[in-house]
Amino acid sequence: MKNHLFIMRTLPHGKVYLQETLDVILTIAAFDQKVSLLFLDQGVFQLKSDQRPEALDLKDTAAIFNALDIYDIHDLYVEIESLQQWGLKPSDLFLPVKEIYRKDVNQLMHASDIIMGG
Amino acid sequence: MKFAIQVNTSPYQSQAGDTAYQFIVAALAMGHQVFRVFFYYDGIYHALRKSMPPEDETQISQRWSQLAAQHDIDLVVCISAAQRRGLLSQDEVDRQDFKDNDLAPGFRISGLGQLAEATLTTDRFIVFGGS
Repeated sequence: MKNHLFIMRTLPHGKVYLQETLDVILTIAAFDQKVSLLFLDQGVFQLKSDQRPEALDLKDTAAIFNALDIYDIHDLYVEIESLQQWGLKPSDLFLPVKEIYRKDVNQLMHASDIIMGG
Repeated sequence: MKFAIQVNTSPYQSQAGDTAYQFIVAALAMGHQVFRVFFYYDGIYHALRKSMPPEDETQISQRWSQLAAQHDIDLVVCISAAQRRGLLSQDEVDRQDFKDNDLAPGFRISGLGQLAEATLTTDRFIVFGGS
């Protein structure tokens, strides 16, 4: 088993990128690998509550994030500085997250075997 | 060392595919192994059989095909990313009753499991190209 860390740093909607990344995440998890997600920069909006992508005919990625638990993906790290940059708080997010300071991101990456973008 | 490579951007969107190619050539020259190259997101556009750049430009798809033939490298295009963008597997070409296949020689279309396997069975997994 390898530790896979996905660095989530793009906005959720507007292109298919996040959907395709979530497909990778679920596939890797289905191979019984340890999967963690780290939300950085604008990526924190991927977890923002109360989005209505269906109004623009876009897929609701929140539903896929809500399924992560079933795949035994429980480690969702959110960089505190990124949240602050966009005026967000953990209570604005629709899933429970582990808050992490920027200074500790390096350590999280070092503890991972495989790092992928998202 | 055994490498797995992922290419995420289209040939004319960024330099990442070219960098991946140069990396692979250099790694092979140093005696390393490249187990698989996995094309995902817009990276699937590297696998278009009918891309016809002017003759004095790099023949990007053709170059990958030649690399695969010379070094027996497994070039895998993700099926969901490819079909979304109009690049079909032979099965799907037949099912839709299209006349021909747009996949360049040396590439094959398969699932994301091939990416998972590549990360798990190699020493280094290197991603070229971001969002």
